[in-house]
Amino acid sequence: MRDRLKQHVFVLYVENEPGVLNRVASLFRRRGYNIESLTVGHTERPGISRMTIVTGITEGAAQRVEANLYKLVNVLSVQDVTFSSTISRCLALIKVEAHEDSRPRLMELVRVFRARVIDLAPQSVIVEITGSESKIQALMDVLLPFGIPEMVRTGQVVMSRGVQRTASGANGASELALEPETSHSV
Amino acid sequence: MKRTGAEIIWDCLQRLGVKCVFGYPGGAILPTYDALTRSSIHHVLVRHEQGATHMADGYARATGGVGVAMATSGPGATNMVTGIATAMMDSSPIVCITGQVGSKVLGTDAFQETDITGITLPITKHNYLVTRAEDIGPAIREAFQIASSGRPGPVLIDVTKDAQNSSCDFDWDAAKPRARRVERTSFVDVAKLAEALDLIHGAHRPVILAGHGIIVSGAEREVLAFAEAARIPVALTLLGIGAFPASHPLCLGMMGMHGEPWVNKAIQESDLLIALGMRFDDRVTGNLKTYAPNAKKIHVEIDPAEINKNVRADVPLIGDLRQVVQQLLPRLKQADHTDWIAQIDDSKSAAAVRDIQNLPDNGHLYAAHVIHDLWRETHGDAVVVTDVGQHQMWEAQYYHHDKPRTLITSGGLGTMGFALPAAIGAKCARPDSEVWVVVGDGGFQMTMAELATVVQEKLAIKIAIINNGYLGMVRQWQEFFYDGRYSSTPLLSPDFVKLAGAFGIPGYNVTARSQVQPALCAVREYEGPALINFQVEQEDSVFPMVPAGADLHAMIRRPTPLVESASDA
Repeated sequence: MRDRLKQHVFVLYVENEPGVLNRVASLFRRRGYNIESLTVGHTERPGISRMTIVTGITEGAAQRVEANLYKLVNVLSVQDVTFSSTISRCLALIKVEAHEDSRPRLMELVRVFRARVIDLAPQSVIVEITGSESKIQALMDVLLPFGIPEMVRTGQVVMSRGVQRTASGANGASELALEPETSHSV
Repeated sequence: MKRTGAEIIWDCLQRLGVKCVFGYPGGAILPTYDALTRSSIHHVLVRHEQGATHMADGYARATGGVGVAMATSGPGATNMVTGIATAMMDSSPIVCITGQVGSKVLGTDAFQETDITGITLPITKHNYLVTRAEDIGPAIREAFQIASSGRPGPVLIDVTKDAQNSSCDFDWDAAKPRARRVERTSFVDVAKLAEALDLIHGAHRPVILAGHGIIVSGAEREVLAFAEAARIPVALTLLGIGAFPASHPLCLGMMGMHGEPWVNKAIQESDLLIALGMRFDDRVTGNLKTYAPNAKKIHVEIDPAEINKNVRADVPLIGDLRQVVQQLLPRLKQADHTDWIAQIDDSKSAAAVRDIQNLPDNGHLYAAHVIHDLWRETHGDAVVVTDVGQHQMWEAQYYHHDKPRTLITSGGLGTMGFALPAAIGAKCARPDSEVWVVVGDGGFQMTMAELATVVQEKLAIKIAIINNGYLGMVRQWQEFFYDGRYSSTPLLSPDFVKLAGAFGIPGYNVTARSQVQPALCAVREYEGPALINFQVEQEDSVFPMVPAGADLHAMIRRPTPLVESASDA
């Protein structure tokens, strides 16, 4: 069905300039689409940043968003990786109440999830976990009974599996201009 | 050699071929206006910054070049917003340069500070906040490139006062726009071309939908050759008027909400729509669910974001329209489509008896008469700049444009007050063309202050006010859809002839059909600007009309009582 909402993940290479985030976010805002998560960071190329945007929209809307993102002058490439083979990770820091009697059980759970305790205080610990959204959610679920006074998580970061580059053509402005764009087909 | 930022602005504009700039000075742009005294570029002093943007827009649409508008910070910049949005919706290449408060006080609510790059972000193709003199040259050069390339549009450059004042070494060549990336429109898909040709060759009832993109890409000749070779009838969008000669036998006329019945009928009955540089606007399609239900669609468009936006394209051809049609032409097979064209002609002659042009003169003055006579009197050669509303639709129906860039009108945004300033821009761009403003009594009062600009610039613009004492199009909707409750649409106007007189512009009142032609003659012969106030039938409506969101074939036809002696079709 065309009208069903689905989580779409966009990977963008953008110029690292003031206002670029605003331009990108504005495209979603004006259409009333909510951004579920957004991650921006530098890349291996100076002056070029990579964004991962997760949003729940219809298939038709996703196509339009992709096309409109590419119309932004500061966007160097964009790819909807929703249906591609990708690795996705988030990071979360979870502060968990940890009393003397509950602590051993807590440590056992952390080990099972391959999370790490990175801070230890008399009444609490901070757990760091890296993984997919669902893995983090699973850990959250088991930690909730201990009491979670605070937590923070990043948005998703996504990368294509294998040698293929995500959002192809992100090798910097000069090479970009010489390289045929292959990620886009209508 | 060290140059100030202000000097660099004018130097760049001159090197980019700008002949005139439309603007209004003020505090934050003072250094640039001071440097203007050392430039050979002509500056047109407007009466309101909205006017400056419409003038730049009119200039751009009349020529295809980039129009330039200039204003100060704060209110000067915000007054440009309507004109920028107008240019954005109609893909018109304009560059707006605004002054901004000093970079040290950005964000402090300094006097006349406003975040104009933030405000115009969604209504520009791109914009810049420039805080250093050395960034001015690259920004202007890139702005011109962005404004005029691909699907054109407005670009705004906000330059802080200290950037205008400070000096730096300026190197024109080093300010060359850098290539950021490959445009997705640079390659035309060969396989898709073949698919398109297959559809065209297999079609029995094809229609070409000719849009603004034909004019923007300069593809009129190619489209004409294409339509003639395959004998495909051509329907025009409002902004596509002029892209295909109205007098050509294959030209059907304007489609959509106020399109003639045979045009919309042909679209609804067609088995192939070839959309050339148009975007299936809601004013063109009506109800999307019932739009051309049996037609395959080929969509030739430079902006990939338009593909599948409103209407699903069976074959999208993304690229410059001229290049795409050029590649289709040599492989196009001749066709005649005799039955299809005869079928359209039948519905055309059936509808003609309802046409107001065929009515006997019953003493009333109808706007359609005025437009028809204007067309005849100017031999269809004038550049007509319209405002927005009923008169705009009558112009589109009754003035037959054979050449591109002879109708300049605000389509997408529907900006009242557009006509007079846009005509000033058009006349500056094409001083040897006869330029007519066709405007309603409502829209004219929105920007009539620019009459002073007309006189100060000694521009021989001719103004036809279609005066019905109402905000006519809104009144028409109130009559049709709100049980005739005329809420805030009756409109008091000044004596336009006296008003023109105050500006030193001769004016004429016309109240009967017999006076139309003599008045047009007098105004055309007069060497300067002149105005005619046509006092037309007050509660006349634009027909046919497809109500908003209704099926394209479900149109309200011209009422038969008007036809009097002629028989109903």
